Amino acid sequence: MENPTPFFDEMLGPDNGARPPYEAYHRWFEGEDRRDLIRKSGEAERFFRRTGITFNVYGAADADERLIPFDIVPRIISGREWARLTRGIEQRVRAINAFLHDIYHRQEIIRAGRIPIELIAKNDAFLKAMIGLEPPGGVYTHIVGIDLVRVAEDQFYVLEDNARTPSGVSYMLENRETMLQMFPELFGRIKVRGVGDYPLALRRSLGASMPRHASGDGAVAVLTPGIHNSAYFEHAFLADHMGVELVEGSDLRVVDGKIAMRTTRGYKPIDVLYRRVDDDFLDPLSFNPDSLLGVPGIMDVYRAGGITIANAPGTGIADDKAIYSYMPEIVEFYTGEKPLLENVPTWRCSEADALAYVLDHLDQLVVKEVHGSGGYGMLVGPAASKKELAAFRAKLKSRPANYIAQPTLALSTVPILTKAGLAPRHVDLRPFVLVSPNGIEITPGGLTRVALKKGSLVVNSSQGGGTKDTWVLEE
Amino acid sequence: MLGKTAGGLFWMFRHLERAENTTRLIETGLRIALTRPDRSNDEWQSLLKTAAAEQLFFTKYETADAANVVDFLLRDAANPSSVQSSMAQARQNARMVRTALTREVWEAVNDTYMQLRSTLARPATDKNLPDTIALVRQQSALVRGALHGSMLRNDVFDFARLGTFLERADNTARILDVKYYVLLPSISQIGSNLDNVQWETILRAVAGQRAYSWLTQGAVTPKGIADFLIFDGRMPRSLKFALGKLQSNLGYLEAEYGSTLPCHAMAARLNARLCTSSIDQVFEEGLHEFILTFLQDLAALGRQIETDYRFIG
Repeated sequence: MENPTPFFDEMLGPDNGARPPYEAYHRWFEGEDRRDLIRKSGEAERFFRRTGITFNVYGAADADERLIPFDIVPRIISGREWARLTRGIEQRVRAINAFLHDIYHRQEIIRAGRIPIELIAKNDAFLKAMIGLEPPGGVYTHIVGIDLVRVAEDQFYVLEDNARTPSGVSYMLENRETMLQMFPELFGRIKVRGVGDYPLALRRSLGASMPRHASGDGAVAVLTPGIHNSAYFEHAFLADHMGVELVEGSDLRVVDGKIAMRTTRGYKPIDVLYRRVDDDFLDPLSFNPDSLLGVPGIMDVYRAGGITIANAPGTGIADDKAIYSYMPEIVEFYTGEKPLLENVPTWRCSEADALAYVLDHLDQLVVKEVHGSGGYGMLVGPAASKKELAAFRAKLKSRPANYIAQPTLALSTVPILTKAGLAPRHVDLRPFVLVSPNGIEITPGGLTRVALKKGSLVVNSSQGGGTKDTWVLEE
Repeated sequence: MLGKTAGGLFWMFRHLERAENTTRLIETGLRIALTRPDRSNDEWQSLLKTAAAEQLFFTKYETADAANVVDFLLRDAANPSSVQSSMAQARQNARMVRTALTREVWEAVNDTYMQLRSTLARPATDKNLPDTIALVRQQSALVRGALHGSMLRNDVFDFARLGTFLERADNTARILDVKYYVLLPSISQIGSNLDNVQWETILRAVAGQRAYSWLTQGAVTPKGIADFLIFDGRMPRSLKFALGKLQSNLGYLEAEYGSTLPCHAMAARLNARLCTSSIDQVFEEGLHEFILTFLQDLAALGRQIETDYRFIG
């Protein structure tokens, strides 16, 4: 392995011996011919290209489809580590749903003075149309992705909650499929928990969240913005694997108080719409009037209990980065327990003291836009040039409330395979959580994103990140 | 099935069929250029006409020589019917209807598109053109094989087949239309044999040269060729074969959905007219008029299918 770093490596300890979850894999790896493995890496890429597992990069010159690079060294989590993580995730997701219900109803948490009212009142992610509305089955976030990072053997942080339309689950599934095809012998040797049931679990979970006035057959459909959307492949993939229709706004209209899709035999009602279209574009009558991606009148149908929208509109208020810093209070308020998963320490630049600190320590911090996503508009202090720092300082001063800052985390590393052998690279983890009136289900695995550039801490696929298969061991 | 998906399947297979037909036109032109160089420019131009691309071609080029026509028909992005454009649209439609396709069919189409894109990144040369043509032919066979071997025989399959046969009937009728004058009895009455280049073009363009010789033991007559392309139900690119398939695939949809729609009557009418007619009757009425009517009726049938099965909202 190339020169050791001061970061916690999940595979190799300081003495270059494998940590327990990686022992069996490491033994196998040592016995393999490296050139053979590198050749297999190339095969994996061809496999992805053929199956069409691609994404579109906004703003790229050759705006066609690209592959997210895949690394063949798995990220391995022990059964014990996973059990601990899932308890924390479940607690957090429960709290998020309770928070959403409260914030759109009695707002007890504000009355109790645990979070400031401005955070809600002035927040674009707070949807007035959702006030007093009871979503079918009481579920707001049917699908959640919780982004976790690790900094030490026993230290995990939640980096971000994704409560709107988290993506990436198709990569979790296809990465595993690829590994099963390339290294069948490994799965005979190491007991890895399966992830392949996710689409059926999703279908079941969505079906269990049907509205009161369901049409009877519990029809589910996936709503996509269309083939030019960056995650179109995933939308098609999920519809296909669930065995449901993939629809666009132009396929839908309101018929007899239901949302119905135009089929070859006429209009057919839908009960549950798994929408991958943002709130703003969902209903031109209620939100952005120029939107062609949504369905005029869907909010009225929703309000009357005629359809389940997953996730519910307005859930963005729960994963807003300004709200994020209050998550420990939110978890405690609704569950009565201490949070099992920690937040990354966060400075809210809207507060004068915090802003002063952030400006003073800009070169050591990571600063993020409160409403940004995908790693856009973000500053990584230690990696920034003097010029970039100065430019960001000006942005911060002019709109402080638009930013939060966090320490530069010593993200754990997992090796990737390079021509020169194993090389440590920083990773994060997005497990996928399904919520229905029947309970919370967490798929044992998730999406491990890896920063392929040496030393880089940015794992986003839009910024040169890749992915790994994520293994949760049986024990 | 969504109406949009039905439309996507229909157009995906129309574009695939078109890519294959255009490739065959290029192959025909190439063959004639190699064996009868003195006649080739005229034939290139008539092939452009068959591809309904003559007008567009001359907005860009002055002369219909081999290099220009091949490039235009094969890889010009400005030509919506070029092989490259057709494949790109086929794949775009395949992406749209991804959920209706088996992995085999999707991968075959995606693979075809990717291979063609890298092959057609540069103009084809004399040397590699035959390989490019072979690639399209092989890949088309692969897609067809995947469709037949892996897809359920339900409405998805029917809409795919409707697109294939509507495009094919249209293509064969257009070849007849461009060449109708050489098939008129008046020419043979003058006593000359049918000009070899002409009939070779016609038969090659529908991949029917060997089949025709085999069936007629080499007696090449204009009437024989017209009869073969219009009325011979054994010939998979004849109008009769294609219309028969259109009617039976519409019939499967009628049975599966349990509803009879205007397009069913329309297809039945078209097919009946063909079945009760003969080549003598056609010549009596006028071959050109017959073909024009056929093309118009076919287009109307396409529009009716689109309406009846709600391809667009």
